[in-house]
Amino acid sequence: MNSSLFFDISAGAYIAAMITYVIYLVLRNHTAGLVASGITIFGFVSQTIALVIRWINSYDFWMSSHPMSGVVEALLRAAPLRNLYESLIFFVWSLILAHILVEFKYKNRSLGAFVTPIAAMALLFIDISGTTKEIQPLIPALQSNWLLFHVLLSFLGYAAFGVSFGAAAAYLIVVTESKKEIPYIIGSVIISIFIIVLIGMGIDFLSLSSAERAQLIQSHFLKSTLRSESGGVAALSWVLSLAFVFAVWQVGLRLKSVLGSLNLTHTMLDEIEYKSIAVGFPLFTIGGLIMGAIWANSAWGKYWTWDPKETWSLITWFVYALYLHARFVGGWRGKRVAILSIIGFVAVIFTYLGVNLVLSGLHAYGSG
Amino acid sequence: MENKEKKDIFESIWDFLASVKLAIFVLIILALSSIIGTIVEQKAEPAQNLALLSKFFGDSAAPTVYNIFAKLGFMDMYGSWWFTSFLVIFSVNLIVCSIDRFPKTWRIIKTPQKPLSANAIKSMPVKKELTFKVGLNTVKDEFLNVLKSSRYHVSEATEEGSVRLYTQKGRYARLAVYVVHLSIILIFIGAIIGIRYGFKGYLNLPEGSSSNVLYESPTKSIPLGFTVKCNWYETEYYDGSDTPKEFHSELVVIEDGREVLKKIIEVNDPLTYKGITFFQSNYGIMPNAVGQFAIDITPAGGQEKRLWLKFGDIFEIPGTGIRGRIHDFSPALTRDRNTGRLTSYSENMVNPAVAIEFMPPDGNSFTGWILKRYPETSKIPGGHSVKLGDYWGVEYTGLQVSKDPGVWLIYLASVLMCISLYICFFMSSKKIWIEITGDRKAVSVAVGGSTNRNRLNFESEIDRIVAHVSEAIEGRSKK
Repeated sequence: MNSSLFFDISAGAYIAAMITYVIYLVLRNHTAGLVASGITIFGFVSQTIALVIRWINSYDFWMSSHPMSGVVEALLRAAPLRNLYESLIFFVWSLILAHILVEFKYKNRSLGAFVTPIAAMALLFIDISGTTKEIQPLIPALQSNWLLFHVLLSFLGYAAFGVSFGAAAAYLIVVTESKKEIPYIIGSVIISIFIIVLIGMGIDFLSLSSAERAQLIQSHFLKSTLRSESGGVAALSWVLSLAFVFAVWQVGLRLKSVLGSLNLTHTMLDEIEYKSIAVGFPLFTIGGLIMGAIWANSAWGKYWTWDPKETWSLITWFVYALYLHARFVGGWRGKRVAILSIIGFVAVIFTYLGVNLVLSGLHAYGSG
Repeated sequence: MENKEKKDIFESIWDFLASVKLAIFVLIILALSSIIGTIVEQKAEPAQNLALLSKFFGDSAAPTVYNIFAKLGFMDMYGSWWFTSFLVIFSVNLIVCSIDRFPKTWRIIKTPQKPLSANAIKSMPVKKELTFKVGLNTVKDEFLNVLKSSRYHVSEATEEGSVRLYTQKGRYARLAVYVVHLSIILIFIGAIIGIRYGFKGYLNLPEGSSSNVLYESPTKSIPLGFTVKCNWYETEYYDGSDTPKEFHSELVVIEDGREVLKKIIEVNDPLTYKGITFFQSNYGIMPNAVGQFAIDITPAGGQEKRLWLKFGDIFEIPGTGIRGRIHDFSPALTRDRNTGRLTSYSENMVNPAVAIEFMPPDGNSFTGWILKRYPETSKIPGGHSVKLGDYWGVEYTGLQVSKDPGVWLIYLASVLMCISLYICFFMSSKKIWIEITGDRKAVSVAVGGSTNRNRLNFESEIDRIVAHVSEAIEGRSKK
């Protein structure tokens, strides 16, 4: 059985859910909200089935090359968390899971319009990055029992940070009175950059032959727009990008009138923003940093080498540690901590993707 | 007078070192400065970073910028004096603020809880008031029951016409944050022990050779205290592909001329002896080395036999009179797509193959390539089989060698940190007070409580307790 059908169904469902959540926000139609939740749960079930199928297929794949392997060992080695594609899929799964939990706990659907776009962006990224979707043989460095736990906990943490990011973005829109407020400016610029990079990658994708697409991240990243060889194209891209940032900054605040009339209060958003970090921080510390260090020590005899991946994880950790201390001991509240949550998630994205796209390191094998 | 002033200076320094402002500042500085070292390649050849810098600053300015960066320690910044200083300030801040705050927390934990009056309870952050048409003792018993089943140990104070219940749970959870801080300090101590009393180096061991030292750098060796020998190294590939499946070497530890330990190591599975650990790290080919071929020969219907041969050695397939001679070797044989000629596509033994000239007694000699990866190439006319087992003695195994006596402390601190982070975020210190006033027929109850975190959950817990008590009392009165 092939998992890709179920993955495609879930991807379609999440994108449909995103649109329906936005319709729900704008029309304040109760039915639209129910439909959005329904589609999300449907997509989640489908994706869960897909993950299980892929795990089973990887298990058979592992067994075919390691017939002497035990069941537990094979299950650990086959966990579908082994390359960029699988980890992004798992990130989307965790994010949606976290979102469903939040929606049920707070009995509030509006946040869906802020979280499902992150999932949709990740799915879009998978397709346009041209990363391989095949089940690949596991290279020796990844043949460790730590793989499953390290990646699993890290990504559950990332998903929690993603929810916090969504809540912080919504929070900033709810509390901002004027476009000139600095936290609002920072927030709208960061969100515009996300969208610009994705659009740029989309243009790369369309302008490349299918053979070149596999190398999109490594050799063609934004080469057809912002990093174009042709000065004119590059200049035009930068001008358009700046115009886009400006437009988002201008229009973003209008969302407020839509949101304000819903039951999204700033206290609730503030609480979701904090609680998600309270869940994500221990998960990330234990799964990302501690297990990563232990694994590195058992594979290379060095638990910490300051390679870019490790350093960026630590930077991410510093940002969230800063969030917690600023909030609980330093008395920071509201917009200032919301900005920290947004910066934290930018650091997460950079730790996960930026390091592999832009910088090199021991984790280079993760980009395959 | 002078004494007092000195104390004030001391106090203000202490307050500064304990302050949240310093913590926030240090976290920001550490996060921002760490970025530099992920962009500038660390401990790299100057040419590498010069190339990077000329992309940003142009070819002419790059050397100047490089020199400035080098002076600032950017080329090895995580070991630079200023970055180390920030880490020291970070640790001092962590220690001082913990010492500063700890007594207060300890007092909160150790101060015995006192019963409170209804008035005091009504000013609690979480509170409830109710009345029941039953006797005081009944209500008290129900509260005791419900609280007990929620694992609260309840104390009570009885006065004329009223009972005050008070209880608390999880007060030691308040200490978790100090344990998190402590575990960070322990990690630093573990790292310092590792740097001071351990070492990290490498050792490239050719197949069949041994060493009693490891290397920190090409010119600096450190004695091991014993001898380690590499019997063989092998890269295993996934069937029919160039994707490595496993890198492994067989290592032997020799002490006082005796073999004391033998293990096949692979990535993620090292060998440790006397605190020194050997990790499979890389591998390579020694230029100009001459090795030996392991050739497995099976005459038709006969037994397999392994022969060790060199270039040009002549062997015979037993009982057949067919002689053979190895006359060519390729570590990675392939056929060039354009020219159609055989060639090697890698220096490493990705797809090793030998060319053997077979000389049957009838004089019609022929040559065939035998590839290790493809067993079907080992069949030769007459039903005999000649397999390439290995080409031994030309590869070396690249080992990372490390001794880190601080690592157990790092692991201990990691476990501590996991537990304390969990407690810190998911457990709270809760206090509940109840006053029941009234007589045998009707009572009024005030319930109140406080918690150090997660107030919403605590509120619903109080709601649940009250609901259970009400239910139980209703159930009783129906009887």
